[in-house]
This record gives sequence, structure tokens and C-alpha cells, in this order.
Amino acid sequence: MIAALRSEYRKIVTTRTWWVLLLAMLAYMSFLAATFAFAMTQGGAMGGPGTQGLGHSPTSAISVYTIAVAFGYVFPVIVGALSVTGEFRHQTITPTLLAEPRRTTLVGAKLLAAVPVGVLYGVLGTAAGVGVGAGVLALTDHATYLDDPEVLVAVGRSVLALAVWAVVGVGLGLAMPNQVAVIVVVLAFTQFVEPILRFALAFVADGALAGVGAYLPGAAGEAITGSSFYSQMGAGELLAWWQGLLVLVGYALVFAALGRVTTLRRDIT
Amino acid sequence: MTTAPTGPPGTTPADEGVVQVQGLTKHFGAVAAVQDLSFTVRPGRVTGFLGPNGAGKTTTLRMLLGLVRPTSGTATVSGRAYGDLARPMSTVGAALEAASFHPGRSALDHLRTYAPSIGAPDSRCAEVLALVGLEGAARRRVGGFSLGMRQRLALATTLLGDPKVLLLDEPANGLDPEGIVWLRGLLRHLASQGRTVLVSSHMLSEVQQTVDDVIIIARGRLVHASPIAELASLAVPTVTVASPDEAGLDALVAANGWERTAEAGAPGTSVVTLRGTSAAAVGSAAFAAGLELHELASRSVGLEDVFLHLVQEPGTPGPTTTGGAP
Repeated sequence: MIAALRSEYRKIVTTRTWWVLLLAMLAYMSFLAATFAFAMTQGGAMGGPGTQGLGHSPTSAISVYTIAVAFGYVFPVIVGALSVTGEFRHQTITPTLLAEPRRTTLVGAKLLAAVPVGVLYGVLGTAAGVGVGAGVLALTDHATYLDDPEVLVAVGRSVLALAVWAVVGVGLGLAMPNQVAVIVVVLAFTQFVEPILRFALAFVADGALAGVGAYLPGAAGEAITGSSFYSQMGAGELLAWWQGLLVLVGYALVFAALGRVTTLRRDIT
Repeated sequence: MTTAPTGPPGTTPADEGVVQVQGLTKHFGAVAAVQDLSFTVRPGRVTGFLGPNGAGKTTTLRMLLGLVRPTSGTATVSGRAYGDLARPMSTVGAALEAASFHPGRSALDHLRTYAPSIGAPDSRCAEVLALVGLEGAARRRVGGFSLGMRQRLALATTLLGDPKVLLLDEPANGLDPEGIVWLRGLLRHLASQGRTVLVSSHMLSEVQQTVDDVIIIARGRLVHASPIAELASLAVPTVTVASPDEAGLDALVAANGWERTAEAGAPGTSVVTLRGTSAAAVGSAAFAAGLELHELASRSVGLEDVFLHLVQEPGTPGPTTTGGAP
């Protein structure tokens, strides 16, 4: 297992994909953190009726610092997914299974190999949010709340959430080994379907379904940090952080198991 | 020769390096890709695994390697199924297609990604690159490699684990003539070290000078398995004879009952190719009949023709020399 893990880890870090996507994530997160930190200093001017707005508070500071968990998780997901779909796209699944014919071991190695990569995305993606966000707050003479333990814990959990997202990506890639399909599905779901679903679930049926939205993967990821733009803007409640963690890990394992009994059950021709 | 199928604990030294295929069958839906195929490949020899495209060679290799699940039958290496080998790639080195590389990875990194799973130290990666003559391209991305370079890299990957058995699918594809000579030498060398070397090809001529044994399949079934020398004995020589007296030549052939396999000729000259006789017999009969001959030549059938005859659909004509130079 250790040997398979080392092989899988090397596969991820020996192509350009991981750092190209990482740079894209850092640029995007820096831009968003700057934008939202600035909005935060405008004293809730963005908030409409029925929302709490973006006041200057530790809670909204957390939302800025953990912006990667709300908007940037798609990057570790895609890196994780590509670690599987690339094998099918370039037919390297053949030598991979020759080197490691135990397919369940391979699934485990791929899931675990995504962890260090996810941690890297988590550390740097969160650092971009914190660095740029706190920088904007400091430049505009607002408190950064970086000495608030609650804020620091949330920042730490942001790294955890993003690392788990990379593992979810591996699961998705196993369940859906077509590279184009998985990228389209990931982008469509994370950027469009889930946000709409979360707002819709919060408002339909007098909020009776609001609890369901908390179990969607994006909401579970945000629950790990405990605060987010979506929840701040009234898109339903979040789970406790550990519940969110379990739900997100659950998604990764369910997808991976699905991939094990479909994709990796088939003949490799 | 019968070899008892042995499970994981019962591997005997006699099985070491032996590739054994027994009653192997694979159906893809309604298509029978491989049907009741049995053969044995022995160590210390280069064995050609031959058949036209679509004969089932790659499917057979994939079943041997645990990538495709057989519908029935068994395929073992050293007495074990591939998936039951402790460190499979240090027992079996297999190269299935030259396209199995991530184009963005360098040659050295490609090897480094597989080395841990195989159980090979990282230093081995540079060693095998040198062995296949790619040491100068170690840091180059595989995306820019020629087909011949990819073949060499695929071969390097198979050698990473220093395996006892090598299974190579069409390894000569894309190699230039110099590369083919090099490959021939390498395969001979590996076999001389006591390794089992199985090389598939759709052309006998490509491996003819390299292999000791041939296994020929067509339409998923075994059609011939023997040392290559025995294959050569299946070749039947032909005699080409030319005469200006067309009627006289026809009468001579008919009188002696020779099998005509080809006709040619220009105005005033008749040229026929005969099978199952010798130049001496034809010459003697023509002399006795007073027939004027302008050409009398014995031609041996090439092994490739024997091969083509073996893999042809049943009911098509036998191997012949088809004009051209001998």
C-alpha cells in the first residue's frame, strides 16, 4: 500500500496540472478575497432585505479568510479527479494495473495520494484568502480579527476542508472516468446547480427542506469552517463542523466505492 | 506435455518462468475474441505470438495480465494468475501499447511513477533508460517522442522490475530498420539470460530472424505452435517453367499431373508455376517430350507465405509464389 501510495503521489506531482491549477486558484482566491474584504468594509451595504449583509465582524472576516472553501474548492476537486481520468485518457491505466493489479488497493492509494496535494491547495488557497483579505482590511484601517481564536480555528479547518475536497475529486474521477464529462459535471454542479439548489431548498415549502441543503457537498464543506457567504446570505443553515467533515468524507468514499464496482470492475481493453 | 495447474502455494521450480494458457476463451458480447486457446511458452527462448490483426493476440495478453477477465480457461505465469503474483512486475514485464504514457511526463518521471509499485529502486530508472538507449532523452517530455522512442520507453518500463518473463505486444512497430536490429539483439540477449520472451506480431517476417518458437493464432484459435524450423518444413517449393510452345507445355503439365498455381506469359511465350515437383523432374520430362524451354527455375516458398496460408480463412488457395523475384 505504501509503495502504491508513493507511485500515485508521484503521478500527480510529475505533470504540470497540479501547479497550473494551483496558480489559477491562488489568483482567483486573491481576487475574491480582495473584493469581499472591501465589500465587508462598506458596512453591509451589499445586504438586501432578508439577509444579514456583510458587516464588519469576526464572522464576516471568517467568510473572507475561508473564501476558498466557498468558491475555490473546485480546484482541488479537479486535481483529484484528473488523477484518475488522466489514467483513462492517456491509457496509463494499463501500466498502472500491471504494477498494482489489486484494484481496491489502487483505489485506496489514489484516495490517500490526493491528501498531501489537497493539503497544499488548502494551505496556499487559504493563505491567499487570509493574506489578501487581511491586507485589505488592514489597509482600510479595519480590524483583521487574526488574533481571534475562533477565526484562527476556522482558518485551520479551511485547510482541512480543501484537503478533503481533493479526495472527493478522486472519488468523482473513479465514478466518472471520462475526463471531459467529469470537468463539465464538476463545474456545472459546483458553480451553478448546488448554489441554486441551496437557495431554492431554503425558500421552498416554507423552509421545510432547508435542512436537506446542508447535506449537499458544498454546504458540508462550508460547515467544516463554520461560516460562509452562502449561509450568511440566507442559503440555509450549516451542519456542525464535524458533521460536515463526515458528510464530505462520505461523499468521497461513496463515489470511490461506486467507481470500484463500475469503472474498475470492467475489462481494461 | 501436461502441466498441472498450480495454485499460489504450490508453485514448483518447474513452473518458473513458464507462461501457460489453458482452454482460454473470451467473448465480448456475441463476438468470440479468443476460443479455447492453449499453449505453453518456455524460458530461455524467444517465442513469436503471431496472427493477423484482430486474431486475439492482444486480448490473450490482456487476459494473461489480469486486465481482461476470461470467459473461461486459465492463463498463468510461473504457475500463478497475474493478480496472485506477489510483485507482478518483478516477475512479468509487459508492454501492451506504445501510447500508454502521459504526454506531459518526462521519460525519467514516467519510470519513477512506476518504480515504487514495482519495488524497483529509483536508481534502476536511469539504468533501464540507458539499456534502451534513451539516456539522452531522460528529461524530455514523452509527448515529443517518436513512436520508436515510445517503444523503447515501453520496453524500459517492462525491464524496471528485472522480470523473468517479458510479454511484448508488437514491440517492433514504429522502429526504424536500425531499431529493429537493436531490438532483435536485445531480445536474443534477454532470452540467453534464461528469461521467457513472448513477442507478438502480425507479420512473421518482422520476427522471423529473432524467434525460436512460433505460436500462430487466427480468429481466436490456435492454428500452429512449433519451433520455427518446423514451420519452415511446411514450405512447399514451386517450379516456374517458360516455353514458346503453349500447347506442348499444357500437355506436358497435364500428362504429369502437376498442380498449376500461377500463369503468366507474353505473346509467344507461356509461363506457368507448378507445385509439388522439382526443376529436375520438369526438365527431364520436357527433354523426353522434345519441348523447348526458355526458363526453368525452382523457387522456395517464403515462410511468410506459409504463415499467410495458416491464418487464411478456410477454403482459400494454398501458399504460392506470386510472381516476383524468388
